[in-house]
Amino acid sequence: MNTAERKNLMSEVGNFVRFIISELKPKGKILTPFNVITGAIILAGGVLIVIRFVKGLGATTNLSQDFPWGIWIGFDVMGGVAIAAGGYVIPFMVYILGLEKYHPIVRPAVLTGFLGYCFYGGALLLDLGRPWHVINPLIGNSFGLSSVLFLIAWHFFLYTICEFVEFSPAITEWLGWKRIRQIVGGLTVGAVIFGITLSTLHQSALGALFLMAPTKVHPLWYTNLPVLFFVSSIFGGLSMVIVESSISHKVFQVDPEHHASFDDIVVGLGKAAAGTLFLYFTLKIISIAHGNHWHLLNTSMGHWYLVELIGFVVIPCLLFTYGVRTRNVKLIQTVAFFTVVGVLLNRLNVSIIAFKWDAANRYVPSWMEIVITLAVICAEMWAFRWVVNRMPVLTEHKGWEEEDNVVQMKKEVA
Amino acid sequence: MRRRDFLKTAAISGGALLTGGLASAGTLKSAQDVFNEMASVLVDTTRCIGCRSCEEACAEAHGLPVPDIDDESVFERHRKTDPNHWTVVNRYETEKGTVYAKKQCMHCNQPACASACLVKAMYKTPEGPVIWRGNKCMGCRYCMISCPFDIPKFEYDSPNPRIRKCIMCYERLEKGEQPACVEACPEEAIVFGKRGELLEEAKRRIYNNPDKYVHHVYGEHEVGGTGWLYLAAVPFEQLGFPTNVGTRPYPELTKEFLYGVSLVLLIWPAFLLGISHARREEVKKEEVKKAK
Repeated sequence: MNTAERKNLMSEVGNFVRFIISELKPKGKILTPFNVITGAIILAGGVLIVIRFVKGLGATTNLSQDFPWGIWIGFDVMGGVAIAAGGYVIPFMVYILGLEKYHPIVRPAVLTGFLGYCFYGGALLLDLGRPWHVINPLIGNSFGLSSVLFLIAWHFFLYTICEFVEFSPAITEWLGWKRIRQIVGGLTVGAVIFGITLSTLHQSALGALFLMAPTKVHPLWYTNLPVLFFVSSIFGGLSMVIVESSISHKVFQVDPEHHASFDDIVVGLGKAAAGTLFLYFTLKIISIAHGNHWHLLNTSMGHWYLVELIGFVVIPCLLFTYGVRTRNVKLIQTVAFFTVVGVLLNRLNVSIIAFKWDAANRYVPSWMEIVITLAVICAEMWAFRWVVNRMPVLTEHKGWEEEDNVVQMKKEVA
Repeated sequence: MRRRDFLKTAAISGGALLTGGLASAGTLKSAQDVFNEMASVLVDTTRCIGCRSCEEACAEAHGLPVPDIDDESVFERHRKTDPNHWTVVNRYETEKGTVYAKKQCMHCNQPACASACLVKAMYKTPEGPVIWRGNKCMGCRYCMISCPFDIPKFEYDSPNPRIRKCIMCYERLEKGEQPACVEACPEEAIVFGKRGELLEEAKRRIYNNPDKYVHHVYGEHEVGGTGWLYLAAVPFEQLGFPTNVGTRPYPELTKEFLYGVSLVLLIWPAFLLGISHARREEVKKEEVKKAK
């Protein structure tokens, strides 16, 4: 390498470092109400996380010998993963079913999925008693092949990589790495297919975890868990994409052409959500009939079950259908929000509320568990905003297409 | 044969093959033979006087805080085991008067905790005891969710928490000794031996004293059989034993799902690839039509 080349390389690296540093700085006003509130929560969460690791789980959580899993599992992991399902549902619609209409929301959906797994899956580390052994399921000689949790560990790991690969075109466009953009772009369909397969399995596996607790989970919820978890992740993911894109379209800059097709997209997603909700309702009814649990519906837990089933499945299904018929985008967005709440409630029911439902000392999360959960959510929103404000997520990347077209034409001529 | 039954049979024979492999190289034994050879304890609750010598011996053997066994007040409530008390003796008022029952890990033949553990930290040793291995455990507490007897206990107040429970004095067994609690029992209410022999002994006692005992050895069939076996004069629900756990080994609860996993892994990608190709051709045709 001669001096000129070396100089050139040094200046390239220098440019790159300067670019990253400039991008790391916050954009826009810093002291907004949103920033102040979320910043305070993240700060408080950070302090509590330190306490948790210094003093142990007992100092910060209300977990007990009877309730070893609280909201960090039941809400953050179970719920977070379910509503991050847009990361495989939307790529399925676009890359497998070829529904090009939904292309504009692939990147935000995949980004939501990827960050969801990083943050809510990452929150798992807070809950592990011995997190320094978290690598044990992946390396070494202690593979617990008979464990559903083993499958989930591997799938979280592999799926997060898939989501990263699916999102990496946006990263390369941001960095201006054109050649790498071509390589990672070619990996997309493979990553999508692998990602959907992994999602099918680990979304249902989160339900299958509780198959090991037949005497602890209330019989109304202890039915057909894997299939119900999978199907509910579909409409949970679809609804979350509706909610997230509705907010994004208000908060962030979006291409005008996206705005035009936006209503169509929301209506289409609402239709898909209505369909899967109906399928889910049917499966729920079959499960009750199969276990002959009708009499349990008229108990206090049965009433609670009906709140979940009617309030957050039947009514959203009907309202989605009505909203699609009348093309009422506002209604669909509102219903989507309640559907997300319903999926979160279902996960909480299976893992906490209907778990040892007859126990004398119930688990109620401590305020510290709640603050840390909120901190994780706020941190994820910051990360989402950081990425969206810098990378082509809601906007189309401009500049390369013309060059690409020229290359394409040259090829065709040749 | 129905599909479900077929899967069950397949699961059982598969399990038998696995555990058979553990027993000894050369001879392939049936699962039941393997379990019969394992270390086991028989508790005869009709002999227990509630002296709690077993609690004391257990604490001493494992370096736990030694309880004051003269303190009768502990019987006021039904205690559970905890990180510092791996065994507890409870007092139950039953139809046949006061009965004491010792509780600890049941050391299942096919433990839920070990099958649920993703890093094999919970481990059924070939000798019988179910032990915990700290160099593997990541502290996820799925064993606690899975155990039908709620036995694994977690040290919530430690930054380096362990899962604590009775390990049937595994290290004493390795030295050829008996579990500490068995040795300490003044009434021979707990005896140590091979599971097959203890099961015969239990049945002999019922046969010889048919009016004294209920005709049920708790642990013979529960959750597929446990290493600790119990005799009692009254039905076991009166002694706080869960009677809704069934006789199906817990690992089988997720076996069908795990079979499904390999099917989905094989079929799903091919299926998705097929759809995407079919759809791409359709889209192309539509475009051609539009162009015309």
